[in-house]
Amino acid sequence: MYGILASIIDGVLVGSVYGLAAMGLTLIWGVMDVINLAHGAMIVAGMFGVFLLTDSLGLPPYAAIGPTMVLGFFVGVLLYWIAVHRVIGRPALMSLLSTFSADMVLIGLGTAVWGTVLFNVPVSLPGITWRGYTFTGTHILAAVLTAVIAGGLYLFLNYARLGKAIRAVSDNREAAELAGIPTTQVLSLAFGLGVALACTSGALIATLFPFTVLSGGAYQLKSFVVTVLGGLGNPAGALFGGLALGLLEGLATPFIPVSWIPVIEFVVFVVVLIAAPRGLFNFRRRS
Amino acid sequence: MRNEYIFPFRHGWARHASPVGALRISAWRAILCLWHTKEVQMKKLLSIALAAALFAAQASAAADDTLTIGFTVSQTGSLNLDSVAQLHGFELWRDEVNAAGGIKAGNQRYQVRFVSYDDQSQGGRVQQLYTRLIVQDKAQFLFSPYSSGLVATAAIISEQYGKLMLTTGAAEQKTYQLGNKYLFQLYTPADHYLTGALDAVKSKNPKATIALVYSDDPFSKAVAIATRTQAKERGLNVVLDESYPPSTTDFSAIINKVISSKADALLGGGHYPDGATLARQVYEQKAPLKWMTLLVAPDSPQFASLGDAAKGVSVPSQWAPQVTYKPDFGPTPAAFTKAFEAKYKIAPGYHAAGGYAAGLLLQHAIEQAQSIDPQKVAAALNQTNATTLFGGTKFSTDPKSHGLQIAHDMVLTQWLMEGGKLVKEVVWPLAAKTAALAYPYH
Repeated sequence: MYGILASIIDGVLVGSVYGLAAMGLTLIWGVMDVINLAHGAMIVAGMFGVFLLTDSLGLPPYAAIGPTMVLGFFVGVLLYWIAVHRVIGRPALMSLLSTFSADMVLIGLGTAVWGTVLFNVPVSLPGITWRGYTFTGTHILAAVLTAVIAGGLYLFLNYARLGKAIRAVSDNREAAELAGIPTTQVLSLAFGLGVALACTSGALIATLFPFTVLSGGAYQLKSFVVTVLGGLGNPAGALFGGLALGLLEGLATPFIPVSWIPVIEFVVFVVVLIAAPRGLFNFRRRS
Repeated sequence: MRNEYIFPFRHGWARHASPVGALRISAWRAILCLWHTKEVQMKKLLSIALAAALFAAQASAAADDTLTIGFTVSQTGSLNLDSVAQLHGFELWRDEVNAAGGIKAGNQRYQVRFVSYDDQSQGGRVQQLYTRLIVQDKAQFLFSPYSSGLVATAAIISEQYGKLMLTTGAAEQKTYQLGNKYLFQLYTPADHYLTGALDAVKSKNPKATIALVYSDDPFSKAVAIATRTQAKERGLNVVLDESYPPSTTDFSAIINKVISSKADALLGGGHYPDGATLARQVYEQKAPLKWMTLLVAPDSPQFASLGDAAKGVSVPSQWAPQVTYKPDFGPTPAAFTKAFEAKYKIAPGYHAAGGYAAGLLLQHAIEQAQSIDPQKVAAALNQTNATTLFGGTKFSTDPKSHGLQIAHDMVLTQWLMEGGKLVKEVVWPLAAKTAALAYPYH
């Protein structure tokens, strides 16, 4: 009984980090209708950002998350101008191919430089033990930081000028242009923000588990599942979708072999796509 | 008495220690002579012919003097750490044998030359590269890659071409049960990996419950299958039995299951990356286990960098530097350890020792056969029944399991805190132990 509860809690804690990763993906998707297939590469970039900052500069791991977020933002803006700017508004396949090739290039470079060895950021925090089950401090802190960042994003999108501009552009680009918003620059900043979120989730994942250059793929897949669960273009939905996915994982694990979990996740993915394509957590009406 | 070869040329007689060298000098002198003739075309033709002959002489001379051994190493990928340790074992043997003048086969001495490639820890690459080693690089003998999965693939290729391969770093038994003629296994087969751990746990608690958590790869699965049966035979109850994908980095769910199952001992793991991560996360989640034996990972010296998470973790080992085998040929375990530490600045684990032993056994077989003919060397290997620094070596000659290792024993080593430092000690079997077993392990 307590085992199931512990599993659920643990699942939700890790699920929040999946939600953070998905928030970046869904923001980009919702604002500019671009499916960022370089998402996985950006998550890995965040992981390596933390690793390099702690390894070479000796920063404590959690202090490296802030700089990684900022660097991720600038990388995102750069990626926008190189790979995405010219394919916005064109058929969806073009933006898919463009971001996919960016992903291949980045992963290829990463493999050439670091190989496919396992890297680890040594972090150790006292956890909370309850009835024999321990929730590690790193998991708890990652969930707390995710909540803080998600809250920050919510405030930004709803109360900051730039945030409101981003929402305006995602609603109707032409109208926003007519209203005097420099839509191209707003799009690039939104892309940068989405990538920054991906990098941050990568940074948090690095404090939890070891990683390789190729680890991004698995998290990118989870991000797609979460994005669909939460509804496209809905960052709050993405967060809840992540929690839901974590809940699902935690609920299923005590009863079935661990290797079956991805199967269940993708069955849920397909079912949601068919039955509720707008997502389960789409609280807003979108015209 | 030194052999000297005397050759005439322009300024008198040349003396050289080897026929090839003398040929080389006189050919070169002949070319220079020709260069002075007035017949330009004739000159060019003759010099080309001479160069070709020289090249041919050089090429066949290279084949006469060197023995080419081919293999792949996982320079990249998840098997990197232990594969490179194995490579260091190969290289230490090669350097020592070449420094001593090479392998003696009858009247001929052969310098050992390696041709190796990076298999990236992938079976597909192993397939391509072993074909290349055999067909293009003309490797005369083969060493295996590291890990049962890759060796199974390499064995298909080596048997297809009828090339002799010594397999090290591979314990899965099935590879030798498919009908082969030229495979020779050095490691104790997978079936026996966790037998010692089961016996050790049973000696401390005959009613202990076991959690079997292992990686989904050929080696670990083979070990798990055997361990299940052996646990039942010993009256130990297996309360959890689960595999995980080899690339898993998040073990929290499985560890929660281990805690729920109230198991006393955790046996399993896979190779280095997942094993080390599992050990770390078991420690972080404070699973109330009394014993943990993981495959492969804790044998690497790098495992100690986990600090407290490594304390008390045990590993079934093909070899440890403290073993006291008395070798029939080759260095003693202590001498090997010393040479290895001098060259690589780190203590050898069993992967390096296995690599070294593979070279040593091939050398011994060639010397016994007095030839590098694969059939004769295979016959010599089939008759081998010897002890080296690595332990006992005897290959099964039953056609249904040819090459399976039937004389090598395993030991159980455990990381113990001694004087503030983590040290690996042999704790089982009791007859071979160098320190007392720590149960509970933490």
